[in-house]
Amino acid sequence: MNSLVNRFSTTGYAAELRKAKEVLGEDDEGSDAMWGSQAGFGTLAKGVPTFSVPAVADPASFLRLHTDDHADPSCRIKIKHGTTTLAFRFQGGVIVAVDSRATAGSYVASGTVKKVIEINPYLLGTMAGGAADCQYWETYLGIQCRMHELRNRERISVAAASKYLSNLVYSYKGMGLSMGTMICGWDKTGPQVFYVDSDGTRLKGDLFSVGSGSTFAYGVLDQGYRWDLTDEEAQELGRRSIYAAGHRDAFSGNTINLYHVKEDGWKFIGNYDVSKMHYDGPNGNDGYGYDLRVAGRSSANPPAPAAADIAVEA
Amino acid sequence: MSIMQYNGGSVIAMVGKDCVAIASDLRLGVQSLSISANYQKIFPITDRIYVGLPGLGTDVTTLHEQFRYRVNMYTIKEEREIEPQTFAQLVSSTLYERRFGPYFIEPVVAGMQKLPTGGFAPFIAATDLIGCLNFAKDFVVAGTASEKLFGVAEGLWEPDLEAEDLFETISQTLLNAVDRDAFSGWGAVVHVITKDKVVTRTLKGRMD
Repeated sequence: MNSLVNRFSTTGYAAELRKAKEVLGEDDEGSDAMWGSQAGFGTLAKGVPTFSVPAVADPASFLRLHTDDHADPSCRIKIKHGTTTLAFRFQGGVIVAVDSRATAGSYVASGTVKKVIEINPYLLGTMAGGAADCQYWETYLGIQCRMHELRNRERISVAAASKYLSNLVYSYKGMGLSMGTMICGWDKTGPQVFYVDSDGTRLKGDLFSVGSGSTFAYGVLDQGYRWDLTDEEAQELGRRSIYAAGHRDAFSGNTINLYHVKEDGWKFIGNYDVSKMHYDGPNGNDGYGYDLRVAGRSSANPPAPAAADIAVEA
Repeated sequence: MSIMQYNGGSVIAMVGKDCVAIASDLRLGVQSLSISANYQKIFPITDRIYVGLPGLGTDVTTLHEQFRYRVNMYTIKEEREIEPQTFAQLVSSTLYERRFGPYFIEPVVAGMQKLPTGGFAPFIAATDLIGCLNFAKDFVVAGTASEKLFGVAEGLWEPDLEAEDLFETISQTLLNAVDRDAFSGWGAVVHVITKDKVVTRTLKGRMD
């Protein structure tokens, strides 16, 4: 009763605050939960994520008007398009490899993007499409996976985690979410890879690649893939596949991030510069580059001259 | 996407002390697919003039042939070699002939201009795709990485660089600019032109 009186009274601190807010034009009603363990996930304060939407008749089409697509490259909100990510399952676990380039149109906005999202020590998600969408929802998935663990005293299966995500993005279908992701991990049933995208597609499989460079990665991956790959062979295949995409696809490249998921959780294997892979290779003496493999093998491909300089006398 | 970005590629030219330099990347792509890492966009016109033709690949070939023909005709009729200034005007008028259906190329000219005194002066120029000439005294840029090239060149270029320093400056400018452009890169080539010789170097660039 006291609180009701407080809320509607025209005197007292609550009214003062209300008036002050009206004067200052502040209307955000953040709860204390914003600053606790849910910091940064303020939209979760009410238990489920809530988003304020534009006050127009059709928020989705309003957003579409201001969101980058092929029809209008000049609009305000740019969504990262170029990417190469891959994940595959084999005898020794799951290999996850991604590039690190972010482009806005033809501009290389960053070459050090983390496209593997560490959901928890046993689950990895990959990022393709909208960087913010992937980052937010996969972190959110991490929270829900922990909730599952606490409620059931058991780790969530990869199947269940990926289904949670796919059901979630499906509930936002048509609102402009953009993500193409692979949820990878190790559970009771062994190594697992699921492909989930913002259309609501969810696929179980041994081998996936997502992004503008995925066709190039598939080329190498399909050719070299076997179930009984050793750990080293599998890691090399992941690295070599992302290199191929980084090399040929203008919107992929810079560096490769490589992860290996085993029974005891994921392990970060390394970060590799794509250009260094081209010239020197992972061991410094076996570059992936085409020139290295053809130079000196035929008269059409003579060995490179010792000095790169060619002076032309006029 | 613009037809100017269909094949990708960039060119830059810089003035130094008694020398000029012109450089380009070596990429030829079809939109996001990179095809060749040895696509030359810079061509010699005379011993002292080079022209860079960034833009649509098919027009690179066509315009190069066109310029070769017109320069040969000039040489025969005038019985002397064309000078950079004159060649820049030739480039401009050739492009303006196609005012209402242009070649999708933004040429860059670099050369050593013969002076009435008998000496040589560095000369650079660039035009837009319909032939508007820009005679800059420092550097000119063109191609898909032009904005990035402007930024880096503005920071690195200084007046009166000797040939070796000019080479270093233009190389660093080009390599660092194309690394921020998705449609340029895959190696680079630099020509440093002085009054009596041209030094051509192929650079090892990022291959992604």
